[in-house]
Amino acid sequence: MNRELKRVVFVIITMFVALLISTSTIQVLTADSLAQDPRNVRSVYDSYKTQRGSILVDGNPIATSEKSDDSFHYLRAYSSQMYSAITGFFSFYQGATGLESKMNSYLTGKNSTQFFEQVNALLSGNPVTGASIELTIDPVVQKAAWDAMGNLRGAVVAIDPKTGNILAMVSKPGFDANKLAVHNGIISSANYAQLLADKSSPLVNKAISGSLYAPGSVFKLVVASAAFESGQYTPESTLPNPLKFKLPGTNTYVQNSGEGKCGGKATVSIADALRFSCNVPFAQLGIKLGQDAIRAQAEKYGFGQAIEIPLRSTASTYPTGMDEAQTGLSSFGQFDDRVTPLQIAMISAAIANNGTLMKPNLIENVVSANLSSLYAPSPSIFGKPISEATARLVRDMMINAVAHGVSSNGQIPGISVAGKTGTAQNGKGEPYTLWFTGFAPANDPKVAVAVVIEDGGGMGQAGRGNTLAAPIARKVMQAVLRK
Amino acid sequence: MTTTNTVAIDIQKLARVVPRNRNIEIMLLIFAFGINAFELCQIQLSTIQILTWDLMTYWTPITVAALLLHFILRFKASDADALILPAAVLLNGLGIAEIYRLDLATLAAGGSEVFGLKQVIWTVVAIAAASAVVLFVPSHLFLRRYVYISMFIGLVLLVSPMLPFIGKTINGAHLWLAIGGLTFQPGELAKIALTVFFAGYLVTRRDSLAAVGRRFLGVQLPRARELGPILAIWAVSLLVLVGEKDLGTSLLYFGLFLVMIYVATGRAIYVVVGLGMFITSALVASRVMDYVSGRFDAWLNPFDAARYDAIGGSYQLVQGLFGMAHGSVLGTGLGGGVPQLVPLAESDFIISSLGEELGLAGIFAILAIYLLIVSRGVRIAFNHSDDFSKLLAVGLSFVIALQTFIVIGGVTRVVPLTGLTTPLLAAGGSSLLANWIIIGLLLRISNTSDSRDRISGGVQ
Repeated sequence: MNRELKRVVFVIITMFVALLISTSTIQVLTADSLAQDPRNVRSVYDSYKTQRGSILVDGNPIATSEKSDDSFHYLRAYSSQMYSAITGFFSFYQGATGLESKMNSYLTGKNSTQFFEQVNALLSGNPVTGASIELTIDPVVQKAAWDAMGNLRGAVVAIDPKTGNILAMVSKPGFDANKLAVHNGIISSANYAQLLADKSSPLVNKAISGSLYAPGSVFKLVVASAAFESGQYTPESTLPNPLKFKLPGTNTYVQNSGEGKCGGKATVSIADALRFSCNVPFAQLGIKLGQDAIRAQAEKYGFGQAIEIPLRSTASTYPTGMDEAQTGLSSFGQFDDRVTPLQIAMISAAIANNGTLMKPNLIENVVSANLSSLYAPSPSIFGKPISEATARLVRDMMINAVAHGVSSNGQIPGISVAGKTGTAQNGKGEPYTLWFTGFAPANDPKVAVAVVIEDGGGMGQAGRGNTLAAPIARKVMQAVLRK
Repeated sequence: MTTTNTVAIDIQKLARVVPRNRNIEIMLLIFAFGINAFELCQIQLSTIQILTWDLMTYWTPITVAALLLHFILRFKASDADALILPAAVLLNGLGIAEIYRLDLATLAAGGSEVFGLKQVIWTVVAIAAASAVVLFVPSHLFLRRYVYISMFIGLVLLVSPMLPFIGKTINGAHLWLAIGGLTFQPGELAKIALTVFFAGYLVTRRDSLAAVGRRFLGVQLPRARELGPILAIWAVSLLVLVGEKDLGTSLLYFGLFLVMIYVATGRAIYVVVGLGMFITSALVASRVMDYVSGRFDAWLNPFDAARYDAIGGSYQLVQGLFGMAHGSVLGTGLGGGVPQLVPLAESDFIISSLGEELGLAGIFAILAIYLLIVSRGVRIAFNHSDDFSKLLAVGLSFVIALQTFIVIGGVTRVVPLTGLTTPLLAAGGSSLLANWIIIGLLLRISNTSDSRDRISGGVQ
């Protein structure tokens, strides 16, 4: 029987080894991802035990933990609604969103990079102090964007095209995160319910998430890129220029904005079509290129990817399985094209940076309490959506659109600006979505920007991207170029 | 020459009079008592920031009971294994401490349902039962006379929760008896009775069970009529699965039987056939029985939002995982975590509570203590030459190992979650009672090892 007993011992050891592996997996290998699960409230409980790290912009805290004399020990305080979309909120009762949630393990000192501090804290009995997070945001640019948006609903994203650093990210309206951080559960819950019920959805970061927007004419940049990348088109290539274009297989006609003819000749060049933002030639161009070529180009720009900056953006989408009519509509940013302002800013940034798209990033540095740097992402390449030649061609068209075209309100005296407006329709009778995207200075870009305004800027179907969105983008670019 | 020899024998005799195992045991017990006290102190300091005499309520009873058992062993079984009792005291004490810690959290949140004092009382009852085993079972061989009575008692205990009126469903599983205000899990005691039965039965039938039947595809099959017992046990385990809706209990008995029939006959074919039968029935049950299929789904995709939110879904399992992840390598320290967020943190999920507060390091230590008890049990089996003792010792040890595996494996997603409890740690009277009786039996069997095994492993 002893032979059998030895085998039983082997079975027992196998069972225990399985338990050693399963517990190690849970408690070490996947511990960080389990800790970041939004359903895990332990990190929130925990974070009240230690002093949570601050979120800093240019050295000044925009979210910080102050001593409080109640049982929570610390109260989270936010400096301004201007940053609410970035920081999110941190509430004992409502959990956490934004960077407060995404960077929670650093902020609470629980990240695995802080292991030695944790051991030290365990031995000394002093609690771990959370790490602070310095953002790439430029406070002057952020304030310019926030002020320029005024009471309009929408979002602004400004990126340094050479590094991918996000200089401004504004979502309007903002909210007062202090109202959710309060330590009184009844008040906090009432405030939360009020923000949730607000139809302008202040809790949503419209720059990267929410229900996304129809891009309208700013999508023409993607179609133009695809056209030049195909090698079959140049800005001088011409397209038929009728007053109305009947979409194949339907009785629907596409018209140019303002219902006029684009330049008044029988044909129009791609450059002029972009300058005047004409729908008829772009619908025809899109159908000729085909949806697959356009989609491939869009995906190179980042469509279809949830980009982490490290806030997680919703993926922008270009539809699949369209017929020719739908492809035509999608070519000037209608039909089911859906984008985030971040995605549109990335398109401009790639064109600005000679076709190389840098990975957008919000984090400058994560610094532990003892001032060592835990995480400092260096600029990295997201991809190369277009060639340098294509970038140059699209850039020159965008310069013309601002200097001599319908995107004229993007002009800055003495500086060459590249830009493109958009005015997207949202169904019969619905207010338009207004866009401007571009970069400046066009020959040595310091900033790429995307501005979106919801609800027609309060002007129903009378608002235009050039009248409302372009001046805001101009102010943001000027704030960057002020130096 | 003769004189020297006589002296040598005298010294040997003397050495046997001095209960060396017991001296080692008392030292280890004092160590275990110290650890238990330290745990309680840490809990009070980290939760209520002050030491109160309350901790004596949780420390003294188990200490006194264990000391009494120790002295009974000195007089009645002085050669019994020295490591088993301290290891069991360590686990039981840690369980009491964690349950007390969860009680403090419940009271602080305004709740009133506490388990600590009940656990202390059951601990005393259970250690008393183990003492009674050592005192009144003169030799475990005496159990051989009651093989068929054991079978009868075991089966009655096993099926009793399915009876109307006294059977009770708790948390979806049908494992409980409710008589008056008391609830009891009879399946815990059934495992002892059935181990005795299996050991006695297999000893008498091992030769015919081992007899070789026809060859098929190069495998020696058992004779068809020898498959009767395995079919019967399979039927009972199926009955348990269907009637009590608990895969774990069913697996526990069936696994126990397979290991014992393998040890008795040396025929691996029984294990292969048995496992095949069990897995088939478990898979069928996971399709047709709502409750079992729910557990399977929760096991495979616990993070799925729909399963997480469903009633009886994976919420508890996922919260347990969150707790363990929160503990990471070193844990939050006793009293430092929030294990109370997990439903049944004091019983089914005490291992996730401890994982959170003691970390992976603590879990490894706990697993090592279980492995110590089990390995001492298997060692006892090795050290006996008679088949009944071997089978009984290996059966009792294996049932602890398998139950530990099913429970901790359930919490950590190695197997689907079941309604069994962690031996010696979890809150629950029936479980404590049954496991301490097993400890008592192992101590009793070890006292009569042929080789007079000592801690040093020396053979005199």
